[in-house]
Formats: sequence, structure tokens, C-alpha cells
Amino acid sequence: MSSLLSVQGLEARHGLLPAVRGVSFEVTDGETVALVGANGAGKTTLLRTIAGAHKSAAGQIRFDGDDITRVRAHDRLRRGIALVPEGRRLFPDLTVEENLLVAARPDRKGQWTLDTVLEAFPLLKPLRGRRAATLSGGEQQATAIGRALISNPRLLLLDEVSLGLAPIAVEAVYRSLTTLIEGGTTIVLVEQDLKRATSVASRVICMLEGRLVLEGGSELTREQITEAYFGLRKAPT
Amino acid sequence: MTWTNAVIQGVFLGGFYALLACGLSLMFGLMRIVNLAHGDIAVLGAYLITVVLDHWGVSPFIGFVAVLPIMLALGYLLQRVILERSLRSGVLVPLLTTFGLAIVIQNLLLEKFSPDVRSLGGDAGWITTASWQITNQVSIPAIGALALVVAIATLGGLQLYLSRTPSGRRMRATAQDPDTAELVGIDSRSVYAWGTAIAVGTAALAGMFLAMRSTFDPYAGSTQLIFAFEAVVIGGLGSLWGTLVGGIVLGVSQTIGAQIDPQYSVLAGDLVFLAVLASPRGGIFRARLAS
Amino acid sequence: MTGTLRVRRWSKLSAGFSGSFTAFVIALIFVPVLLSENATAKMTTLLILVLLAAMWNALAGYGGLVSIGQQGFIGLGAYGTVWLCNHGMNPYQAMVVATLFCGAISLPVSLLVLRFRGAQFAIGMWVLAEVAAILVSFDQSLGAGTGTSLIELNYYSPGARQEYTYWLTLGMAVFFLGVLFVLLRSRFGSSLQAIRDDEEAAASVGVRVVACKRILFVLAAAGCGGAGAMTLANTLFIEPTSIFGVNWTAYMVFMVLVGGLGTFEGPIIGAVVLFLIQNHYSSGGAWYLVGLGVASMLFALLLPRGLWGTVRDRFKIQLLPVGHQLSGVASTPIPAPAEEAS
Repeated sequence: MSSLLSVQGLEARHGLLPAVRGVSFEVTDGETVALVGANGAGKTTLLRTIAGAHKSAAGQIRFDGDDITRVRAHDRLRRGIALVPEGRRLFPDLTVEENLLVAARPDRKGQWTLDTVLEAFPLLKPLRGRRAATLSGGEQQATAIGRALISNPRLLLLDEVSLGLAPIAVEAVYRSLTTLIEGGTTIVLVEQDLKRATSVASRVICMLEGRLVLEGGSELTREQITEAYFGLRKAPT
Repeated sequence: MTWTNAVIQGVFLGGFYALLACGLSLMFGLMRIVNLAHGDIAVLGAYLITVVLDHWGVSPFIGFVAVLPIMLALGYLLQRVILERSLRSGVLVPLLTTFGLAIVIQNLLLEKFSPDVRSLGGDAGWITTASWQITNQVSIPAIGALALVVAIATLGGLQLYLSRTPSGRRMRATAQDPDTAELVGIDSRSVYAWGTAIAVGTAALAGMFLAMRSTFDPYAGSTQLIFAFEAVVIGGLGSLWGTLVGGIVLGVSQTIGAQIDPQYSVLAGDLVFLAVLASPRGGIFRARLAS
Repeated sequence: MTGTLRVRRWSKLSAGFSGSFTAFVIALIFVPVLLSENATAKMTTLLILVLLAAMWNALAGYGGLVSIGQQGFIGLGAYGTVWLCNHGMNPYQAMVVATLFCGAISLPVSLLVLRFRGAQFAIGMWVLAEVAAILVSFDQSLGAGTGTSLIELNYYSPGARQEYTYWLTLGMAVFFLGVLFVLLRSRFGSSLQAIRDDEEAAASVGVRVVACKRILFVLAAAGCGGAGAMTLANTLFIEPTSIFGVNWTAYMVFMVLVGGLGTFEGPIIGAVVLFLIQNHYSSGGAWYLVGLGVASMLFALLLPRGLWGTVRDRFKIQLLPVGHQLSGVASTPIPAPAEEAS
């Protein structure tokens, strides 16, 4: 299977503070990768840099064979990278339907249309005409995921989709994620809940203070991941 | 002129102000920029129309149609070349940049055209002088009515564009959150550029009416900017319809002031503006491109 | 950790420069004695420009308030002088009183406008300037729309008039820049820096944000009023559209952007630049203003720190000791955390 996303030596900063230091990894087509790490480890910055919302300071990003390091975010969406941002970031004064439609790309054909998205998230059907700012956390999360899906992405990036949600809503979100994974969508998800993350992902990447400290699949034990998460083991050379 | 007539004339004047202000309101709602060169751009439009008229002797309406594509292109370039950069540099820079641009436009016009006042009222034909006599004291000027109708149509058209069309939707999304807009595939720079182009286009339209209903000179832009800004602030809300209300209130204030004493007309509008600023609402306009 | 960190106000360079600068200012007193009347008039113009640039910078560079309406105070200072002279005051006394009057009237104005920032403040000030111009133009005793001159100045010989005008202008420039200097060196200056960096954070540590801005506002109003009064004295004739004109703001914006927004030395440099350009291209007419506008735009977009700001940041020098400097910085870098873990 070919590598869909390839990140090499990526560096990103917030002003002068480094947030992502020399991170390299690959994601193959159809994989689900969990990106874990404590707060401030750089996970959100890494996702945003891959999506193009944050400028990289050094390194390279290759997507489907093309170097997209200098490509602007809206162009990356066009090529098939969609990010569900931390905090959902819906357009507050647009309705649910408008939030979805505004992200639809007629040039990216696929299974996801306004109707199929609403089928996948039936709770949104009665909320079509409601302003996004009035939705609950779970409803917003469903809209945000739908908004990413409607562009028929090849790579779906999810940043802390369970944050601030009631457990029952988190259940619902992960149920739909499982369906997506079974459908073959390539996913990288950031998740603070280690248990959840490892339950859906085939591979885990752990970050600490901007660096990638652990990477592996089912061969990794829970202890190894926990140690890497808290920085209790040395960074691999 | 009776008081009733003064109010009616004020409403029509307000229509013109609303048309003048809608571009300013649009740019602020979209990008949080107050384009200090907005008035001068309207005057530039007026002068370009006079160039067309002087060469081909057509009516100002045809002149506007000829000038519109140029103005739209200028607006697009203005955003891409100048304003885009200034947006990234903090809040002071767009003010300073657009102020510099205003000075440049004013004085380029002064160099190219004489400092004498001009008017296209004569070239517009019957419409500038015609009016409908409603009662003994009240008459409706044709040009005023036209300006009001065009203002309502423009504001309504813009509102429809924003709420019903895909590209209008994209513009609203970009206004609310430009970073996330990029993430969902919207080219925010292009959206901003089109927004500025539309704003400049409406300014040119206002410039045409300015040329037809009164005189103008190269330095008239400053006054037009102040009127436009006053209309936006008085209208308060930031929705485009608020601009219509603000324009009409400003127009009526000015005509009522003029009724007391012709010298007081602009002053009356200024005082109403200052009163709105001083009120608890304070003229703070949470301008969003509201649906 | 090696070395101890000390906070210093003075460096050898700034001590040396301050000394020679003070000597230079004292030397300026002798200009009317040493130079011709024409040259003295030009120096007066230069000093007015310096004053205006410093005042606009106080508002915009230190206070973050872009005002497009300072010409209101310029006009009020000039017309205030005329009004006071009409009521029997000695012209030079009148200039000083008019300056104070501008400072006084700016207090109630500040209650209104300091609630705003950004464009609302900018245009709000402009509207107020226009209102002032309109009100002045109603008054027949002030010459209404056609303008007026300060006939009381005719009681002095032209030579004496030029001398007194120059000295009063010098006095005003030194006074206002001096006050600004002292304020910036005091705790007020640190408060301003905090406000510039993050207004809300500054407020949360007890900085009285609006009070600080008010001080700058009143200072700038008085300073611009003084500049207006001295412009009247220097050019003898004023009329509402030019003394209340927005071109004054165009000059101030140019001087401060070119010199260096938010620096103390910058506006002085910008004033000198504008003065030299004015003398060279006095017949330029509108092209001259086009050039100023284009230059302002280019500086705002490409070189926002201005000439002096860029030099200062690049070479880390400071001529007048307004800020704080850190000396004795630690020389070993702090190690990265991962390597410290055992």
C-alpha cells in the first residue's frame, strides 16, 4: 500500500517558541493513526500544519506524491485533506445546512453529499435551519465532522473530537468514526483519551514537547505508550 | 420649504448616503477594515465618468456602465496588492495605509483635473431637474427618488447575494472566521478581493449620483467619507439594512438643519453622529455580514 | 547561570548623545541672533513640525490612537489666539493661553472619544475637527470663512516679531518634548509599553489604561494647539479650510511613519525629512502631496518601524535614554528538557 501522507523533519513555531520539532512519519492509504500526547505536546499544531492552517518553519509534507509544503490551506482541501479543528470552529451565524454547503466541493465527487451527511448524522436533520451558534456540543461536533466529510476527503484529520462532550455524545461520535474507518477513509486523529485512541487506531504516534517519541502498531503495550506519553522514557535516536 | 418637505427631501438624501455607505459597511463587515479612501474612490468614479462624458458625450448612466468594470478591477487590485498586506500587520496599519491612499487619490485628481467644481447634472438631462409635485409644499425630486430606489435595490441585492448564493455564503463564512474558511476550501484572499471590488463598484455608483445631484471637486472625498461613516455608525447594527436607516437619519438631520439655517446642515448631521457615539450604545457596531 | 542581570537606563552612547543634544538645544536659542530673518522663519517652521510629529507620535506610537483630527486643535490654537487678542490680550500671552485652552477643552472631549479605538476614534476626531471648523466659520469676528490675521503682531517690528515667535516656538517644542520625555522615563512609560503590548493584560495588572491615554490625549491636544498658534504667528494669515485641513494629518502621518512610530527620536528625524522635502519641492503642488501619501503607504506596508525604528532595532542603539536595557545577559544556553531527563 502506498504512503498517502509523508511528513519529514517538520518544524513549526508559535512566534519564537518551537511547537513541532523535527517530526517525521508516514500514513498509508486506509490507515487510522492515533496521535497522542499530553497538553502542549504539539499535536494540534502538527495537524494544523499538515492541513495548511499553520505555516511550517522547516521540513516537508508530501501528499499523494506531491510536495504540498508551500500549498495554501484551501488548496490542500481541494486535494483531499480535511481538518476537523479543535473546538469545532463552525461558522456561528451560518445555519447547519449552510455550514455544510459552504464546504462542499463540486470538483471532488464521492459518496458524501448534503443528503448522505445528514443520513449519517440523523440528529442534524431537524437542525438544518438552525444557526450553528445555538447548537449543543455534540450537535456541533457532528456538524463539524460532516463539514469535513462533505468535501470527500482522502485524508481526514480530527482534533480532539471528544473534548467537552458528554460521554453519550462521545459514544455517538466514535460510532460514526468506526463506520468511516470501515469504509476505508484514511484518518489521523488526535485524542487525549488513550483508551479510545487505541481502540480505533491501527497505529499510535506519541508526541512530547514537540518531538515524536514513540511510534508503533499493535505490538506496543499500554505501558510503553503511557511511559512515552508522560516522558518517562528517553526519546528514540 | 416646509418641515414636511424638509423631511421628505432628507429621506431621499439619505438614500444617496446609504448607497455611499454600503461599500464602507461591506468592507468593514468582511475584513474589519474601515477604508479611509472610500469617499475619494467615489469621487474618482465620478471623475472617470466625466472623462467618458467629455470624450463620447453620452449620459452619465452610460458613463457609469463603462466605468464600472475599471472600478471593479481597481477594487480587486487594491485588495490584492495593498490591503491584503496591511491586514497582516495589525490594527493601525490598515488605517494608515488607507489614509495615505486617500491623500494620493485626492491629489492625483487635483493634478489631473482642475480644482474647479464640476457637476454632471446638466448632462443627465431631465432627470436632474424633474420632480413630481405631490402637494403645494411637497415635491419629490426625480433624481432623489432614483437614488433611493437604487440604494434599496443595491442593499437588497447585496443581502440576497450574501444569503442565497454559494459565493455569498462563502463571503459570510470568511467574514466570520477567515482561518476556518481556508480549512474548508475557501480562498479567503479571493473572497476579500471580490468584496473590495464590490465595495468599490458601489462607491462608483454613489459617485455617479454625487456628480448628478450636486457639485464635486478633487477634495470632495473627505466629506463623502465622513458622511458614509456617519451613516454606518448611526445605523448602528452592521447589517446592510442598518446602513439604510443610518443614511436616512443622517439625511433628514441635515435637511432639518438646513431648514433652520442653510449653514447648519452639515453641522446638524455631525451633531446627530456625535450624539449616537455618546449614547450608551456608543455606536459600537458588531458588524457581521448577518443573514 | 553566569553573569548577573542588571537593568540600565543609560548607556555610554545615550549619555554622550544626551549631553550633546542638550548643548545643541541651548545653541538653538541663539538662532535669531546668528541667522537671517528668513532662516529664523524656516527654523520656526521646522520646530513646529517637530512639535506636531512628536505629539501625533505620542498618540499613535505610544497610545495606539490614530487620530485624523488633530487639525482641530491646531485650528483652535490659532483661532483661540485671534479671539484672545480681539479681547485685548497681548499676542504672545494669547498664544500660550490658547495652547492651555486646547489642553483644557480636550479633557471633556476625551470623555467621549477615549471610549473608542481604531477607526471610530480616528474618524470621530475628524468629525470633531470639522465641527470646530464649522463653528469658527460662523463667527464674523474671527473672519468667518475668508480668514483672518493677527493684526496685533504689527505692533512689533518684523525682526522682533520673528525673534519672539521663534523663541516661543522653541520654548513650546522643548516644553512638550521635555514633558513627554519625563513621562516616558517614569512609570507611566512602562504602563504605556504594557498597554501597547496587550491592553487587557495591562488592565488586569492594575494599569489605568484610560487614564494613561487621557494624559497623552491632553498633551497632544495642547501641543497641537501650540503648533497652531505658532503657525499663525509665523505665517500671519490663516483661514478655516487650511488651518483645519486634513493635510496637517497627512504631514504628521508622514513624519511619524518615516521617522519611526513609537520611538522618541523618530518623529524628530521625520520632521527634519519633511522640512527638507518642503524646502526643496515647495512648488510641487499636488504632486508633492501625492509623494507624501505614497511614501506613507510604502512605509506603513514595508517599513512600519520607520527609518529610526529600523536602525534602532538592527543596531540595538538608543540615543535618548527613554527605555530600559538589559545588561549582563547569561552566556550559556538553557539546555533542552529532553536531554536533562535521566
